Amino acid sequence: MQLIEFKEEGLYVPQADVYIDPWKPVDKAFITHGHSDHSRYGNNSYVCTHSALPVIKHRLGSHINAKGIDYGEEISVNGVKFSFHPAGHIIGSAQIRVEYKGEVWVASGDYKTTKDGVSENFESIKCNAFITESTFGLPVFKWQPQSEVMREINDWWRSNKEQGKVSVLAAYSLGKAQRIINNVDHSIGKIFTHGAVENVNEVIRKQGVHLHETTRVVQGQKQSIYNGGLVIAPPSAVDSAWSKKFKDFSSGIASGWMAVRGTRRRRSADRGFVLSDHADWDELVSAVKATGAERIYVTHGYTDTFSKYLSSIGYYSAVVNTDYTGDELSVASDVEKRIETK
Amino acid sequence: MKGFAQLFKQLDHTTKTNAKINALVEYFSSAEDKDKVWAIALFSHRRPKRTVTTALLREWSAELGKIPLWLFEESYHIVGDLAETIALVTPKATKKSDNTLSDWIAIIMNLKDKEEAEKRATILDAWTSLDQAERFLFNKLITGGFRVGISQKSIIKALAKFSGIEDTKITHRLMGNWDPKSITFEELVLASNPTEDQSKPYPFYLAYSLDITFDQLGDPADWSAERKWDGIRGQLILRGGEYYLWSRGEELVSEKFPELAILKDKTDKDIVIDGEILPYRDGKPLNFNTLQTRIGRKNVTKKHLLDAPIVIMAYDLLEYDGEDIREKPLQERRKLLTNMVNLADSDRLLLSEEVLFDTWEELAEEREKSREFLSEGIMLKHLHSPYKSGRKKGDWWKWKIDPLTIDAVMIYAQRGHGRRANLYTDFTFAVQDGERLVPFTKAYSGLKDEEFKKITQWVKKNTRERFGPVCSVNPELVFELAFEGIAKSTRHKSGVALRFPRIKRWRKDKPKEEINTLEDLNIMLAEFG
Repeated sequence: MQLIEFKEEGLYVPQADVYIDPWKPVDKAFITHGHSDHSRYGNNSYVCTHSALPVIKHRLGSHINAKGIDYGEEISVNGVKFSFHPAGHIIGSAQIRVEYKGEVWVASGDYKTTKDGVSENFESIKCNAFITESTFGLPVFKWQPQSEVMREINDWWRSNKEQGKVSVLAAYSLGKAQRIINNVDHSIGKIFTHGAVENVNEVIRKQGVHLHETTRVVQGQKQSIYNGGLVIAPPSAVDSAWSKKFKDFSSGIASGWMAVRGTRRRRSADRGFVLSDHADWDELVSAVKATGAERIYVTHGYTDTFSKYLSSIGYYSAVVNTDYTGDELSVASDVEKRIETK
Repeated sequence: MKGFAQLFKQLDHTTKTNAKINALVEYFSSAEDKDKVWAIALFSHRRPKRTVTTALLREWSAELGKIPLWLFEESYHIVGDLAETIALVTPKATKKSDNTLSDWIAIIMNLKDKEEAEKRATILDAWTSLDQAERFLFNKLITGGFRVGISQKSIIKALAKFSGIEDTKITHRLMGNWDPKSITFEELVLASNPTEDQSKPYPFYLAYSLDITFDQLGDPADWSAERKWDGIRGQLILRGGEYYLWSRGEELVSEKFPELAILKDKTDKDIVIDGEILPYRDGKPLNFNTLQTRIGRKNVTKKHLLDAPIVIMAYDLLEYDGEDIREKPLQERRKLLTNMVNLADSDRLLLSEEVLFDTWEELAEEREKSREFLSEGIMLKHLHSPYKSGRKKGDWWKWKIDPLTIDAVMIYAQRGHGRRANLYTDFTFAVQDGERLVPFTKAYSGLKDEEFKKITQWVKKNTRERFGPVCSVNPELVFELAFEGIAKSTRHKSGVALRFPRIKRWRKDKPKEEINTLEDLNIMLAEFG
């Protein structure tokens, strides 16, 4: 049974007249998480998890008709049962489980299966058909444990501090920024944030999530207060005149793309740290296997390759064209621009 | 290997030249002499002879990484670097190794003529005892191409800083033929009288593009102009009755151009000439494509010699009768060169004639005629200038002609390699021919990353069909392409081949109905081909 159809507007559940993460305005939108390529303006109504709701309202406006739901809570629309389950991608991110007459489909949005200490831990859901991303769906992408990456960031920060430099680290302002803020070694120094990051921090703190103390970078501060500090800013800001306010600084980027030397060198940062909120190759393959699904739909990233691989190991697999980008760096700059202009 | 991996990381982690030089100095101060020699060799594109084919490396790494070979190949296409792809798909090290850089090189060289099974065992053992960064470097030792954004200049600066010896001396010592297997660091860098090597070339003097006004250049009478020939810059060395020819890439290419060997009998003096290796027949240069049939070939056949005859178009004289005359003013060197060429009286050695002019306006007019001479523009040299080392401003300028341009529509797109692995950057373009579109060139540089990002988004939505990594797209986006020359080609559907095509700009203002036609290309071919 084709429980979810792939339409021009988005992933569509015809029996319930519900869209999942639509990229064109629709009546009923169920949203996996707050990143801009998954939750867009203009829908008549929104459903998302309670913990994703504040950020989505912050981004799309408090006037939107949006309803929060608990993880695991079931809502029924015209006989179709929907429930949201942790995707481990960012705070509030969910895989959406859809069940009708015994057939179960899962639309997983973006996900990672390892714990990051901030997002709700990924849960594997049994289903007949699994809709998966493949942002990093190539066997060259294999992440180090988070602790290793944090150690690299700490070493870099510490060595910059010893040289009297500011460490400016580019990270997506929703998700990666908070992950870094909570997991670096706080004994090294103070953490500062770009406005786009701090705005998200405020929203997240208000919903009761603990974030380590951060200080917003504002105009007209003495240069010296930043010395030895770690500044977290969106990639677009690190590349722009904004970062010039720190006279002597070293720049870094935290992104899964940094695994490839060419991409790392293209960004003119001093350091690249391989840190992603998306599943790496091994996670993607094991996540697919754990669902027990026989049909796999691949939505974005290295779709052709990943789908071909799944077919080669015995799955029915197809590529679905969507408007999701999953491209951590370019998505980031789009979102930041929107947040900054708000 | 740890020390070298550390150096590599430091070089790779910074874009600042000074930081790179400091990292190199630090390495030269701590590494063993043998490793230093190899590091210099590797960064100047000398590497041990390949003892394992890349086909076997691909196969074994796919096997160790537990992925099918096609998946390895697709990954390689995205990553763009074989050594890196192998390092990424192979699993974490399970043991440790204290081998130094030169130990590993010895191990690799030792694989020559060994059975495949032994090679496999050695390589797999290396992969499982090196961490990812070291694995990458180990693979690079086999595959070559150490691109770390470190210029020969930086290596020389670092060695000068480390040893206290002048830059120019180090430059000279590192040039020419030396074998990292046998030479010591002492002999290569430190020895004040390095082993005399009569093939040793001088560093080339390279010009910048003219970026100042005629007023700033001053009196035209102080300057000499000549055509900028479109071949390969070369240095012809005739010493002790022998003939050597170096290309600008510091490559000894004497054997590729055997017809020039007769020049050694044309003089009894030791001389060094700076000139252009140029395909030439019946009193005029041939298209650059002709020269390409001669590059990269080990065995030169009679047909090559007949179809693409080569001359040296002499620009300058650097050594005369065994004496280094680079400090003499151009005027004097030029006089000696002219005599030299006249005395040699060979149709293989020609003098690059001066372009005479009294005013800058006259020279500008001459520049406009460049294409008639199949030249790239004008070279301007101050009459009093010495022959300097490397790219220097002030005394020499190149004044190139504007490129040819054409408007074309994109029909295929392919993801970039390496630096731009996640963007579509390689495009194929077509011109109109009646109702159909005729592909005529590829181009993959000239746009900013921002533009490539936009085009990538567009390609994803406008893909018609996929052929492996290549997508055919709706023919809608129009670009202005620039190129340096055009030649007839039997290999291309369009019948033409462009020289150095690149994207000049994205013509968002131009509808696809208004692109150029195949006829326009043919007119250009008739005029400039």
